[in-house]
Amino acid sequence: MSQVMIRDLIPREELLEPGHLACPGCGAPIAMRLMLKALGPRTIVVLPACCWSIIAGPWPQSSLKVPLYHTAFETGASVASGIRAALDARGDRDTTVMAWAGDGGTFDIGLQALSGAAERNEDFIYCCYDNEAYMNTGVQRSSATPWGAWTTTTPASHPQSRPKKDMLAIMAAHRIPYAATASVAYPDDLLAKAKRAKEARGTRFLHILSPCPPGWKTSDEESIALARMAVQSRVFPLVEVENGERWRFTVDHPGEPVAPYLKKQGRFRHLTDAQIAGVQASVDQRWEALKRRVELGV
Amino acid sequence: MKKVMMGNHAVSWGVKLARAEVIAAYPITPQTQIVEELSEMCADGRLEARFVKVESEHSAMAACIGASAAGVRAFTATSSQGLALMHELLHWAGAGRHPIVMADINRALGPGWNIWTDQNDTLSQRDTGWIQLYCENNQEVLDTTIQSFRLAEVVDLPVMIVLDAFYLSHTSEAVDIPEQAAVDAFLPRREARVRLDPDAPCAFNGLEPPAVYMDMRRRQQEAFDQARKVFDAVDLEWGERFGRRWGAAEGYCLTGAETVLVTSGTITSTARHVVNVRRARGEAVGLLKMKMFRPFPTDLLREALAGVKDVAVLDRNFSPGHGGIFAEEIRSALYDLPVGRRPRLHGFVVGLGGRDVTPATIEDCLERTRVAAADGQAPAREDIWVGVTP
Repeated sequence: MSQVMIRDLIPREELLEPGHLACPGCGAPIAMRLMLKALGPRTIVVLPACCWSIIAGPWPQSSLKVPLYHTAFETGASVASGIRAALDARGDRDTTVMAWAGDGGTFDIGLQALSGAAERNEDFIYCCYDNEAYMNTGVQRSSATPWGAWTTTTPASHPQSRPKKDMLAIMAAHRIPYAATASVAYPDDLLAKAKRAKEARGTRFLHILSPCPPGWKTSDEESIALARMAVQSRVFPLVEVENGERWRFTVDHPGEPVAPYLKKQGRFRHLTDAQIAGVQASVDQRWEALKRRVELGV
Repeated sequence: MKKVMMGNHAVSWGVKLARAEVIAAYPITPQTQIVEELSEMCADGRLEARFVKVESEHSAMAACIGASAAGVRAFTATSSQGLALMHELLHWAGAGRHPIVMADINRALGPGWNIWTDQNDTLSQRDTGWIQLYCENNQEVLDTTIQSFRLAEVVDLPVMIVLDAFYLSHTSEAVDIPEQAAVDAFLPRREARVRLDPDAPCAFNGLEPPAVYMDMRRRQQEAFDQARKVFDAVDLEWGERFGRRWGAAEGYCLTGAETVLVTSGTITSTARHVVNVRRARGEAVGLLKMKMFRPFPTDLLREALAGVKDVAVLDRNFSPGHGGIFAEEIRSALYDLPVGRRPRLHGFVVGLGGRDVTPATIEDCLERTRVAAADGQAPAREDIWVGVTP
C-alpha cells in the first residue's frame, strides 16, 4: 500500500494535542493518536498509572481533546466498567469508553480487574500499549518483558528468565467479542482494528507493541523500524480473534531473522549467539503454534 | 407504610428510594443481604439501576468512582476485609470528591476470622476522606441512607453509613418507609457540577505538583467543614418533611448530668436503658450518642460535655499502641475547654469481635468511673479493657 493511500485512510481530526510530555521516539503517543482518530471525539479515556499519566500533562493541562480520568494503577477495567454503567444508566449509547493502560497495568497489577470485566463482557475498549517493562518508574521488568531482556531489576548478568506472558491468548480465553494485536508501525492495520473494535459491543481488547527508546536502549529515530521488525520477524505477530474462536493473521509475516531485531537494542546486547539462536527457536515454535491455531480456527 | 425489616434491608430500601443509578458490589458477610435485595430490586424493575457484579471490593469501589465521575448516583456496600481491600480507592474517592454512598457493616478484621461486630474496620479508614455516620436502629439506617446521598452531593464528598454486624444488620425492627414522591422531592436526580462529558472534555486527577497538591487538600478540608453544617441543614429539612431527626450527636438525659456515657452504634440503646435505671434511682447520669465521626462534631461535644464531671467513653475498637479511638478523639476535642469546665475522661474498650456489651458491662464501666472519680485523681491515660481475662 502506498504512503498516499495510507494517509488517505487516516482521519484528519487530531484529538491528541501537540505539546504532550512523551520522550522522543516513544511509541505510546503515536498509538493514542491513531486510536483516537479511529474512535472519534465521543470517547472517554480511562488512564491508570503508566507513562501516559505523565504524557497527558499535569493539572490543569491535558494533551487530549476528550474527557480523561486518571486512576489508580490496577483499576483501568473496573473504572471503565463504572463509567460505562453510568452512561448506560443515562441512556448514552454513543460514547465509547476506552481504558488505556501500559503492560504493568494490564499484564500484572490490573489483570484481576481486567479479567473480571472481560468475563462480564463489559462494553468498553481496553488498549494495552506495551513497552515491555515498567518504563515510567525507570525500566523494571514486568510479565510483558521478553526472555533475555535487561531491565533495572533483571541486570545483564541475570536477565529476564521467563517468556513474555501471552496476553492475547488470556483475553481470547474469556471469549470476548474482539481481541487483536497491533503495532505503531502498521497504522492502517491498527486503524482497521480500532474501527472493528468500535463497531463491536462488549469487551474489546487491543494489544499494541510500543517501542521505548530509553527502556529498550535504542535510538529515538528507530522506533517505527523496530516495531516493524518485531512483526516481520514474528516476534510480535499481528492477529485478531473473534469470540475467542476465529484467529486470523492481518498482515504478512515474512519471517525475517530475529537477530537483527535483537542486536539493534541495548537491552539484548549481552546475549550470546547461542542465546540468540535460542530466541529464534522459541519464536519459530510459537509461530508454528499460532499458525496451527489460525488454520484450525480455534 | 411500616414494614418489619432487618438493618441490611433498611439500607437496600434507602438505596431504592434514593434511586441509585449504578451499584457495584461484591459479597461479604454480614453485608451480603444488602446487595442481594438490591439485585432483586434491579432484576424485577423496582429499581432502575445498573448493577455491576464485580470480582472484588477493590473493583466495586473503582466502578463506583467511574460511575460517580460520569455524573450518576453510585452505591456500594461492604464490611471488614472488603473495606480494607478498598483502602487505596477510598482515598481516590475522597480526594477525587466523588459523592459515593457506601454502607459498611462493622465487622472485626482478621486474623483470626471473626464475622461479628467491631468498629476497627471503619475507624482504620478514618483519614481516607469519607464522611462517617454510625447508626443505632433500622429507622435511622433507612433515613440516613437517603440523607447521605443529599449530603454527599451537596459537598462532593463520599459518605459511609455504618451499622453494627448482626446487632443491627440482622435484627428486624419496624421501619416507616417514606413515599417515593416525598423522597424524590427531597432528593432530586443528581446533576453533577463536573463530569466526564465529551461535550465539555476535561481531565480528572492529573499530576498535582507540590505547588498545587496542598491547595487541593485544603479544599477537601473546607468541604468537610461545610459538611458539618450541611448535615444539620439536611437533617433539619428531613425532619420537616418526614417528622424524624437524628442529629450529628444526640444528648440523652444530659440535664444536670455529672457523669456522661459516650457511645456509638447499638451500644447506645443498651446505654439508654442503663441511664433510665440510674436516673430512676436519682443518679445524675446522662448519655451522648455519637452518630457523626467525620467530620468530627467538636462543637457539639464541647457544648454537651463542658462542665460535666466525668465522661465515660465506650469504644468497640482500639488503636493498637494507643487506645479507644473515640476516647482519644473526644479527649482531644475537650482539651481546649477551660480547666474548671473540662471533664475527666475515662476510656473503656469493650465488646471487640462481637463480644456482648450488656447492661452489666455498662454498669461495670460506670462503677469504675465512680471509683476513679472518688479517688479525686486524674483518670488513667490508659483505657480500661472491660471483661478481659487478666
